[in-house]
Amino acid sequence: MAPLQEIRAAANLPGVSKSPSCSGAPPRRVALFVTCLVDLFRPSVGFAAVKLLEEAGCSVEVPPLQVCCGQPAYNSGDRVTTRDIARQVIDAFESYDAVVAPSGSCGAMLSHHYPGLFDDDPAMKARAERLAGRSYELISFLVDVLGVTRVTARYAGVATYHDSCSGLRELGVKRQPRRLLGSVAGLRMSEMTSPEVCCGFGGTFCVKYPDISNAMVSEKTADIAATGADTLLAGDLGCLMNMAGKLQRDGSAVRVRHIAEVLADMGDNASIGEPVRGTG
Amino acid sequence: MQSTAHDFKGNVGAALADPNLQDSLGKLKVGFSERRRQAAERLPEFEALRDRARDIKNHALANLDFYLEEFERKVTALGGQVHWAPTAEDARRIIGELCRSIGARTVAKSKSMVAEEIALNDHLEALGIAPIETDLGEYIIQLRREPPSHIIAPAVHLTKDQVADTFLEHHGKLGFTKRLTERNDLVAEARHILRQKFLDADVGLTGANFLVAETGSSMLITNEGNADLSNTLPRMHIVLASIEKVIPTLEDAAVLLRVLARSATGQESSSYTTLNTGPKRAGDLDGPEQYHVVILDNGRSSVLGTEMQDMLRCIRCGACMNHCPVYGAIGGHAYGWVYPGPIGAVLTPQLVGLEEASNLPNASTFCGRCESVCPVRIPLPSLMRHWREREFERHLTPKAVRQGLALWGFLARRPRLYRRMTALANRLLGLFGRANGRYGSLPLAGGWTRFRDFPAPEPGGTFHAQWQRRRQ
Repeated sequence: MAPLQEIRAAANLPGVSKSPSCSGAPPRRVALFVTCLVDLFRPSVGFAAVKLLEEAGCSVEVPPLQVCCGQPAYNSGDRVTTRDIARQVIDAFESYDAVVAPSGSCGAMLSHHYPGLFDDDPAMKARAERLAGRSYELISFLVDVLGVTRVTARYAGVATYHDSCSGLRELGVKRQPRRLLGSVAGLRMSEMTSPEVCCGFGGTFCVKYPDISNAMVSEKTADIAATGADTLLAGDLGCLMNMAGKLQRDGSAVRVRHIAEVLADMGDNASIGEPVRGTG
Repeated sequence: MQSTAHDFKGNVGAALADPNLQDSLGKLKVGFSERRRQAAERLPEFEALRDRARDIKNHALANLDFYLEEFERKVTALGGQVHWAPTAEDARRIIGELCRSIGARTVAKSKSMVAEEIALNDHLEALGIAPIETDLGEYIIQLRREPPSHIIAPAVHLTKDQVADTFLEHHGKLGFTKRLTERNDLVAEARHILRQKFLDADVGLTGANFLVAETGSSMLITNEGNADLSNTLPRMHIVLASIEKVIPTLEDAAVLLRVLARSATGQESSSYTTLNTGPKRAGDLDGPEQYHVVILDNGRSSVLGTEMQDMLRCIRCGACMNHCPVYGAIGGHAYGWVYPGPIGAVLTPQLVGLEEASNLPNASTFCGRCESVCPVRIPLPSLMRHWREREFERHLTPKAVRQGLALWGFLARRPRLYRRMTALANRLLGLFGRANGRYGSLPLAGGWTRFRDFPAPEPGGTFHAQWQRRRQ
């Protein structure tokens, strides 16, 4: 944990402005933790993450034996399955310099929750802690660790950014996405009144308690509408699918994208839930 | 109070369909959190104080037996009496006997969540003793025969109009026949009626925010001063508090007070902070002749030393519910018992049983906003997750969830098989959904598609399939 934190501290020194490259250190061997939702529903986010990391000077690999971080089991109280999955992730990822996920929720699972799963197994706990110390959410990794201050991307529109809960509260992801979005040509930001309030996704919560989830996401989409933005961005695909699904059910024209797509200048494909032109 | 936590989903349905409740919640969500934020910002050492508050409570809990006994020694030396109540029933019995011992006919009560927990009012009424709630919010819901919906704002679920109707209905027979519309007029009318009841009461019953071991004092904070009238005017003062309220010193109380009011209402301190230290002494002008402290366990001591102990740090400020988007959507009654919101989701399974209350710790997105504002840094999401673990271990998790999880777990442990299944799912979902970009309904996903469309996957296969193709 310590060396990366030093780099992070150095990268945060006021007045230091870095070009989009690794912060003086040799290119990092970064493993992309794709996340199960990105794998299945929105591969663009994975490719956008690869592009951003490579542009920042990293060499990116995608360990093939990855599935999920284990949150569905973890948050359902199934410790045994969670530990099995965590062990699998540790096996697959521990040899890399850094593990990066385009999700605050999955990133926090690796960096904040894995060690606690192995309190009764010192050897595994040590491995989990090593992995935790080098696991990151994508946007904060770019800004805080690699020192990226701007991107070369263009996006015509007005966007509002939703702070997904785990990224915000467990990982401190707040100013980093706004900072990079500020460098996107043609993009104007319009903040919600309550960008930090949960959208009501919550993994299995949204199907176990659909009524409450609906009340929460309805409030969120009203807040989004009030910004006048034509695009909703966030850093977690689960939240994005929830909000996109609600916006579209309500007939809203707001386009919904993962922030990585816009930062990687890949914001011209069909947005989440939008029909793909020329197919079907 | 009879729990309806088992019917949480039914309660939620009713709450979401109640326009008055939704109106009230809309105001609460903005008001409390904004005031707390400003109060925290005004105090540079607020975060450091939260650490100290946490440490004080942890220390007190680690030495709870010592401080409780010290508290009892001090109270006894002052001429008061401590009564130990292992269960709610014991507490009811003790209080009933104390009231009867002086032939009490009325009891002036200041707001006490522990009194709600042991359903004290019903018990007193059964004994022919009239409990009179003197906190304005509690008074309103007592008239309406409703339970509190919030631990510091018990009538927060009601609109002003509902209060006006309630007063008109109940105060008419006392000669107040005009329907009031102004907030101040409503308060003045309640105040007028309550004043005589304070003077008539035989017993004053209060809760306690803290029990201070070094002095034997019970400490109470209010904004209405009703607790002070409840504990000085009647002949007997009964303090009802649970075991985890004890703290070592007045210095500790000072730290906790600094985070309590700010977290609760955004005030720097509440209007009234009162220390009650024993009965009236020779030469005192006023004060109760008898001073009793009833200390309730009701299952709390079994939490000590377990992974759930942190819940006992709670100082009942209500910040967790003020910031909880689930509470903000459904209000307090939906939780079905005395303590709502995130702290209720953690306490209730302990106090009424996990079978009864298993929905409560599940009905959270783990957004973490509660933990981020808790003045004593209770890791509420982790505690809710611990309940889910116990639920899973005890096979209480609903069968459908368990089966889905087992299937998913089977695949997730076999990455190659999982990869084939996701590729198939990707193809099928893409095949039927791509033309529209999304699904309006989807088998097995009714919980999602009842309110939301379900986005179809992008074309081209899963990320891993595409990645492999590109690398070949």
